[in-house]
Amino acid sequence: MSRLHPSVLDIDCAAEAERIAQALRSSVARLLRRRGLVVAISGGIDSSVCAALAVRALGPERVFCLILPERDSDDDSAARANLLAAHLGVRVETVDIAPTLAAIGCYAQRDAAVRSVLPGYDERWRFKLAITGGSQGLVNRFRLIARDPDGGDHECELPLDAYLTIVAATNFKQRIRKTLEYFHADHLNYAVVGTPNRLEYDQGFFVKNGDGSADVKPIAHLYKTQVYAMARHLGLPERICAAVPTTDTYSLEQGQDEFYFALPYRQMDLALWALNHGHPAAELAQALGIDEAHARAVYADIAAKRRATSYLHRPPVLVEPVPEPHGH
Amino acid sequence: MDRLRQIKQFVLGNFLFSEDESALADDTSLVRGGLVDSTGILELIMFLESSLGIKVPPEDMTPDNFDTVLAIDDYVGRRLATA
Repeated sequence: MSRLHPSVLDIDCAAEAERIAQALRSSVARLLRRRGLVVAISGGIDSSVCAALAVRALGPERVFCLILPERDSDDDSAARANLLAAHLGVRVETVDIAPTLAAIGCYAQRDAAVRSVLPGYDERWRFKLAITGGSQGLVNRFRLIARDPDGGDHECELPLDAYLTIVAATNFKQRIRKTLEYFHADHLNYAVVGTPNRLEYDQGFFVKNGDGSADVKPIAHLYKTQVYAMARHLGLPERICAAVPTTDTYSLEQGQDEFYFALPYRQMDLALWALNHGHPAAELAQALGIDEAHARAVYADIAAKRRATSYLHRPPVLVEPVPEPHGH
Repeated sequence: MDRLRQIKQFVLGNFLFSEDESALADDTSLVRGGLVDSTGILELIMFLESSLGIKVPPEDMTPDNFDTVLAIDDYVGRRLATA
């Protein structure tokens, strides 16, 4: 039997939850010197677990949650987020960010870019982007998948300029959300929680100065499988534990693997763990039931995404080192 | 200007902001060397299609075909030969 088995991702959730809570208490008090935590909750598994861990660390009275839907958000996402806030007993505020996004040009610029490849497109259509290439050993590129108001499906390759414009306009969503999170953090004297799991953090699946911006990221070391296990350990509502990961960013429902990752998250977790622990592609292939060439392409895709997104993690570049003014 | 030089000048100008041909060897790895990522390869392909009269089908979009100036020139030569 291959040594590579999903059980390599098993963790002692009780001990891990306590370790994270301790790290949050210590970092908020001593490093960040703030009085509580702001968490934007989407109804998805990552932000739900982060909010629950924040409550475990500081108590519900020191955690402030935000629900920030916009035009393309699934109604059920906000319903799950409200369910979570009630379950945790935290203060929560909902702000519809659609008017702000409309005012700043998010929807208009995005829609113009979509129309450049689909001339009939208007706001009644729904669409999403799909990644293709990387898991077959090819260069990653993007396709546009759209559904017209009569239910007709359309699919086409996206030229680079249209793709970049759609992504740039869509990134307003994460950046406007972060602006609101920091407004509340500033007036409450709280710190902001970033909610990426390990897959997202490692593979650069976040928006710089958007969801990538935060004072503390308590689950960035946990694989997605482990985040689901933690949700169950923390006793979160079943509707949240069973939520399928989506981007909740485009109007047509879109899985995260379809948009960005080479494989569905369970397989992706194992692939990333295997690469991090030096297992050859042949072993990954055996564990996932895929052929070896596919496994090699998955490893290459992970490495390519790390290279392509490394600048997202990078602090601003200085011309020469400046001695740390804050003693760390 | 010969084709290889044209490709090299595009790579130099677009990715290194330079015209100095000594800044890049023809066999320097662009992709594995971290100079060009997948967005960069798509830019490179746009340049090849608009300037050298080839069409790059999706199945040819492998990192190996675009990893060095020599490899790119070789690939373009093969495409032109089969056109």
